[in-house]
Amino acid sequence: MYPEVKDEKNRNGVISDDFGAAQKKYSKSSLYKDAWKRLKKNKLAMLGLGIVIVLILIAIFAPLISTHDPISRIKEDSSLPPNKAHFFGTDLLGRDIFSRVIYGSRISIQVGIIAVGISIVIGLFFGALAGYFGSLPDTIIMRIADIFFAFPYILGAIAIMTVLGQGIVNIFIAIGVLGWASFARIFRGSILSIKNKEYIEAARAMGASHRRIITRHIFPNAIAPIIVFGTMNVGTAIIVEAALSFLGIGVQPPTPAWGKMLSESLSYIDIAPWMMLFPGFAIVITVLGFVLLGDGLRDAFDPKMKNR
Amino acid sequence: MDNNKLLEIKNLKKYFYLRGGFFLQSNAGVIKAVDDISFSIKKGETFGLVGESGCGKSTTARVILRLIPHSSGSVIYDGKNIFELNHNQMFKVRRDIQIIFQDPYASLSPRMTIGDIVSEPLEIHRIGNKATRIKRVKELLDVVGLNPEHLNRYPHEFSGGQRQRIGVARALALTPRIILCDEPVSALDVSVQAQILNLLADLQKEFDLTYLFIAHDLSVVKHVSSRVGVMYLGKLVEIANSEDLYSNPLHPYTVGLLSAVPIPDPELERKRKRIVLEGDVPSPLNPPSGCTFHPRCPLAQEICSREVPPLKNYRKNGKDHFAACFFAGKSI
Repeated sequence: MYPEVKDEKNRNGVISDDFGAAQKKYSKSSLYKDAWKRLKKNKLAMLGLGIVIVLILIAIFAPLISTHDPISRIKEDSSLPPNKAHFFGTDLLGRDIFSRVIYGSRISIQVGIIAVGISIVIGLFFGALAGYFGSLPDTIIMRIADIFFAFPYILGAIAIMTVLGQGIVNIFIAIGVLGWASFARIFRGSILSIKNKEYIEAARAMGASHRRIITRHIFPNAIAPIIVFGTMNVGTAIIVEAALSFLGIGVQPPTPAWGKMLSESLSYIDIAPWMMLFPGFAIVITVLGFVLLGDGLRDAFDPKMKNR
Repeated sequence: MDNNKLLEIKNLKKYFYLRGGFFLQSNAGVIKAVDDISFSIKKGETFGLVGESGCGKSTTARVILRLIPHSSGSVIYDGKNIFELNHNQMFKVRRDIQIIFQDPYASLSPRMTIGDIVSEPLEIHRIGNKATRIKRVKELLDVVGLNPEHLNRYPHEFSGGQRQRIGVARALALTPRIILCDEPVSALDVSVQAQILNLLADLQKEFDLTYLFIAHDLSVVKHVSSRVGVMYLGKLVEIANSEDLYSNPLHPYTVGLLSAVPIPDPELERKRKRIVLEGDVPSPLNPPSGCTFHPRCPLAQEICSREVPPLKNYRKNGKDHFAACFFAGKSI
């Protein structure tokens, strides 16, 4: 029936070392390394990554970069257009806009990353429950998620901020708690697509516990879409924070926040456009950076884009 | 009854209940994936299970391992019904019964190195420490014909045949007594199939293994099995020794299946009479009455659509040969 292999040594097709040598340059490569390789080729994504890194550095080293104290008011310097001493001009109270934009990045980056972090933790927990166990937990969790989807994001944030009161920690909580539903839904979806794969069955056949299957097998295989969506969502969270600050229920007044600066400059848009131009520009650049990076990550993780 | 039965499957049934409707879920039908099958596997033998796609072969393997719940019946291993074991007892039994899957691409997690994959069963069952586990993984990779130094690589760096070897190494890690091979070679090239089959045969001798070998390719099953069971629409229609089944098939379905196996000799191939089974496998949602094979059967008579033929023993030369047909052995 089958060709008899005479050479006993090769009967089972023992893999010789030459074969290994040919593959050596790919050794130890994983999905993440492959994704990184593809990401590096994507110029827009690298631009996004560059923006994100620069922003994080600016936020960390704000005291070194800023030229003035962002809070102290100098009455004589009120409403100056951009000049050598004040790169971005000054606002109505004589505060240096450049320094305020620099310090404002701290709020935006913190809100973006921490709020999305909260969303991811809640979303992954409930998404895993729903996707892995199915039936009743799935129905309950997903219907609650639907309620969150049906609720307007900003309105929800306003409601939570009104209840909890102002303050940066409450912004983290409001934005973080409202965002969990999308993460839960995405994670549930990717779990459903892999939960019946044979390697999960193999783990169950060995006697692996539910916890082990979720953390060791499902999690690493279902996490890529979460990384992508999380990165993009940082931009959304920053916009929501800016909107809340714009509406006056976000960060408390003396702390510089981009949204707050926009609302303060609203009445002077025709006589002092620099007051809103620079913080507005900062928001656009930041959100763009995260969205470009997220977009690039999606392409890098997408197997259909492989070898392109 | 002889005492060397290692695994005994008795009246095993697995029904899937389909649900319809959006709000009020009602039963829309029953699929009898495995319908009252009984067979036993003797120590050291390879029991082949053949049948067309969707006849319930893989479901049988998954039910035996309790990967999916059974509907009724029992699987006796080591004197105990494994469906009645509690979590801890089942955990111990899992060391003895392992499985090799059909698709070597889906059965290995793409995010784990092959070292992690093969050592995972050892980790789960808390066997050895990290150093001894690595040593054992290298041994296992060597046993299945892979380079032990490749343990830090990922599955996508290997070919289909190599990946199936990794699956075999994983199944061997716990030194099981029984391995359920769920179409282990049907996703592979013919040349690679032969390598894996030879590997499985060598391992059987070396480690005193017992196989339940599931396949839809009769020539593969003939090559490896000592006894063969033929399944059709969730039922076993014939069980016999491998040679008897191939030389003297009793059930018309088996006859049809065997006639579909090509003979690698054009002269003989042209001369022989081929029996072509008419039509498709009926929907398991709505199986035919009586003998489920009767609409396609060349021997079918009126009785076949009325009554279900029992699995009867047509013992010959001291060897058991079961078939479920009113006209077993009648020439077509």
